[in-house]
Amino acid sequence: MADMIVGEQKANRTETQPGLFHLTLTRRKVMWAYIFLAIPIIFFLYIRIYPTLFAFQMSLYDWNPLAAEQHFVGLENYQTLVEELSSDKSVTRAAFVNTWHYVIIGMPLQLVLSLLIALMLNEIRALQTIFRLTFFLPFVTSTIAVSWVFRWLYQPQIGLLNVMLKAFSLPQQPFLRSPDQALYSILAVIIWQGLGFGVIIFLAGLKQIPRTYYEAAEVDGASRCQTFWNITLPLLNPTIVYLVVLQSISFLRTFAQVLAMSNQGDGGPLNSTTTVVLRVYREAFQRLNMGYASTLTITLFAIILIVTIVQLRLTTRSTE
Amino acid sequence: MDITQQPDHLPMRPYRSKSRTDFRYKALSYLCLMLIGMTMIVPFTWMISTSFKPKPETRRANFFPQEATTENYAYVMTETELPRWYLNSIIVAVMSTVSVAFFDTLAGYVFAKYQFPGKKIIFIMFLSSLMVPTEMLVIPWFIMSVHPPIGPTWVDTYWGIAFPGLITATGVFLMRQFMQGVPDELLDAGRIDGVSEFGLFWRIAVPLSLPAIGALCIFNFLGNWNAFIWPLIATSAKEMMTLPVGLQFFSSENGSDWHLIMTGASLSVIPLLIIVIIFQRYIIEGITLTGLKG
Amino acid sequence: MKANKYFSLFIVLALLATLTIGIQAQDDVVTIEYWQYFFEARQTAMNQLIEQFEAENPDIDVIHNSEIPYDNFRDEIAASAPAGVGPDVVTLFYGWIPAFVDAGYLIPLPEEDFPAEWIESYFSPMVAESKFLDEYWAIPTAVRSLALFYNIDMLEAAGYDAPPATLDEFLEMAQALTIYDGEPDILNIVQEGYVPEMTGQAHHWFREALLRQYGGQPFGEDNRTVEWNSEAGCQAFKYLSDFETDYMTGSNDLFDGGTQAFINGQAALHIDGSFRIGSIASGNPDLNYGVAELPAGADGSQHTFGSYWTHGITRQAEADEAKLEASVRFLKFITSVEAGILWVNEVGELPAQLEAASDPTLLEDPILGPFSAGLEYAHATFFVDETQQRQHLIDAYDQIRLGGMDPCDALNDAAELEQTLLDEFWAAHSE
Repeated sequence: MADMIVGEQKANRTETQPGLFHLTLTRRKVMWAYIFLAIPIIFFLYIRIYPTLFAFQMSLYDWNPLAAEQHFVGLENYQTLVEELSSDKSVTRAAFVNTWHYVIIGMPLQLVLSLLIALMLNEIRALQTIFRLTFFLPFVTSTIAVSWVFRWLYQPQIGLLNVMLKAFSLPQQPFLRSPDQALYSILAVIIWQGLGFGVIIFLAGLKQIPRTYYEAAEVDGASRCQTFWNITLPLLNPTIVYLVVLQSISFLRTFAQVLAMSNQGDGGPLNSTTTVVLRVYREAFQRLNMGYASTLTITLFAIILIVTIVQLRLTTRSTE
Repeated sequence: MDITQQPDHLPMRPYRSKSRTDFRYKALSYLCLMLIGMTMIVPFTWMISTSFKPKPETRRANFFPQEATTENYAYVMTETELPRWYLNSIIVAVMSTVSVAFFDTLAGYVFAKYQFPGKKIIFIMFLSSLMVPTEMLVIPWFIMSVHPPIGPTWVDTYWGIAFPGLITATGVFLMRQFMQGVPDELLDAGRIDGVSEFGLFWRIAVPLSLPAIGALCIFNFLGNWNAFIWPLIATSAKEMMTLPVGLQFFSSENGSDWHLIMTGASLSVIPLLIIVIIFQRYIIEGITLTGLKG
Repeated sequence: MKANKYFSLFIVLALLATLTIGIQAQDDVVTIEYWQYFFEARQTAMNQLIEQFEAENPDIDVIHNSEIPYDNFRDEIAASAPAGVGPDVVTLFYGWIPAFVDAGYLIPLPEEDFPAEWIESYFSPMVAESKFLDEYWAIPTAVRSLALFYNIDMLEAAGYDAPPATLDEFLEMAQALTIYDGEPDILNIVQEGYVPEMTGQAHHWFREALLRQYGGQPFGEDNRTVEWNSEAGCQAFKYLSDFETDYMTGSNDLFDGGTQAFINGQAALHIDGSFRIGSIASGNPDLNYGVAELPAGADGSQHTFGSYWTHGITRQAEADEAKLEASVRFLKFITSVEAGILWVNEVGELPAQLEAASDPTLLEDPILGPFSAGLEYAHATFFVDETQQRQHLIDAYDQIRLGGMDPCDALNDAAELEQTLLDEFWAAHSE
């Protein structure tokens, strides 16, 4: 209600013409605002808010779409999740551990690499557009196409990477076929594809830094390293925080690459590449165990929420 | 692009040092960029080169095809549903882009230019949907599609694939930012001339926001074109799949026919690459503005 | 001219009559829907069967949906079920039956139309093994079994004139048929002897053939306990994994997997089902191969794995008496001896009906004969969750191959997971 009054007052203040005409105009504008927003409001309520609540509801049921009616099971799905997370051999635990690896290794690597590339791109003038486009192409390409291209590159004996290793008399590598290498092989593809995005955001961030700062530093005789650590990096802080959060969330949601690059999309070998979202997909749409799958998605949602809240706190602090 | 031609007072130019060590850094940068650029390009060239090889040649290590053939393309275009998947992807992406262009712009305009009770709450409701990952919604969406409020099942229909993306919170947010730049005086003048409220939006606000709407459209189109998890779930029949879903299905069916898989991948990638090369400036601006990932 | 006039009148009347009868008949026609996953040969065969069925039963109209890819099939059924628009008769993999029964999706076959004794005497014995909760829920048109494919040219080049008849011979020949480029090592293989393809049929071979030949059995009598990790299981699994780890006769990592390697003429021995005949015909028609029964155990015993796609009636059909009656008639028709014979000719799967399967021309067929002979000693595993159970053995095998684990330990680990799965399943059925 407070909003409403403030809104009215603001509207009153901005209007210059007093009198009856103005009042009806305000009312008319309010009416039109609601008319214009009607479809979007219905859309968000029905397509976004309601399904969110529905997901919570499903997680309390043993939900099987084939069954005529669904059984309420209370917190049983959450209990199963806790049990699975504490059991060494469970696939669910492997999914969470792997997802953590994707985030904790992938995100910093991608960040540092894209910053380096952005800095180098910032350094040069000729060919900048071409280079920028080159780094950007993989980002707009379909993930499925990219994944299959890399799956082909990683093939034993006939894949390009092993052919090159052989040409340099280096030992052949199993890549996607080895439980020790598969996760990193997939991670490399994700980083490769996502680099362009980081580069563009960093380039935009670098543009925002006023050149007077650099001129002053040059006058003071600061070395390049000093300039980077004392000017560029601190001023890029908001960009970095923003990217950290965005990339973390995107790594938390890893799915298509694993589906396309593991044998029959099973997240193998030995569950070494499976992720939370892949688990959700297989539980919900292959085993038709939608109640438990919803429980998994809610856990994922909670993690993403925490990451976002931490970001909000960090950004407010950095701008203070 | 020569920096000396730019007026000095422009603060947004990235700063470039003019010191003597410059050359060394530049040379190093070029070298590194060349190397990294190679790793970006090689997978694409390998994909395209494989797509022109006859099957036996995929077992040999030659980079370029020895007996280049277009038979793979003929096969994929006639013997598979790929043309149909193309069409489906275009229909779905156009459908959602038209809707997004209209509703996001309209909602952004209302949030920027109108005062009304509950505005803040409604805006927060829109934005809060950004917090919820798609993965959490796909299961409820699936149940909703199977059991729609009206009419038969939405599964395997264009509407069923497109409906979750018909209005986007990021788009509304972006357009609100942009619409705030539309001068109130223009709108008020229009009101005095008796232009209807929708007319104000359609004839004054929209023409002034065309660049932003353009960026939104291109960006939304790309996002829909590459969308995977929901179309995967929303389609079962082969003829209703979108390109990425069809490609995944086709590739896992033809597990060892790398010449065909690479042909399918090339066909799905090349037209998009052309669009991206043409519109790259807008796309990059759009990404910088929205900061959204596909 | 007069005669002509009467004749025209007669024609008009006749036309009118047919129309009226046609309209009346139209009123009595029951429409039922039948679904199976997409596989071209199955589609063609079923279209023929439906045509015959509709000709014999003008009061029934069958809608045939076979456009759904295998991977999406269960998904699509799940999408149709709550909306009440799915099939009345549906073809499912036999291993999925418990899950569909649990969800209340299938109804038991009506006892008066399909008596248990009739099912048990009419069909191959493995159909009886899929009795679940004391009921029959589905019956097949055709069944498949595993047999040994061998590359005739490679065997001749290595000096063999017959395929291996026993497990010992099989091992010996697999080694002799492997060719390396340099040191014996997996990555130096240019021709594979035998590839244990766990993601393919090797887990079935282990569970239902090797294990029994070593004196074990996969599950306890009532299918409630896992027994494939017994001492016999251990030896059988070691026999299987040794091909790759010790004798290095091949690996699924090479040449796009064991099946592709055989089709492309890069592997000599291969264990697979009769459905592979079609893929060889389309993938490499020039391949000079033969088929033999699976090698016998040390005690001379023969076992193989059998499986089948099977047709059931859904609860949707049950809701409407006319549809149920029509579904029963349709089901009877597509599981008849005639249907079985049509199926073997069109699809290459073996007739499920004992009468059709014992046909001498089938047994003498050089390619289909060995599969047919195997039906006598074929076992269909009782699966509660086919995908998971398959994954358990794949993982156990990968633990040995990639993790260097001992076969017995790997099997025990996997058995623990499988026992949990069985316990959960049976706990839900104890009430």
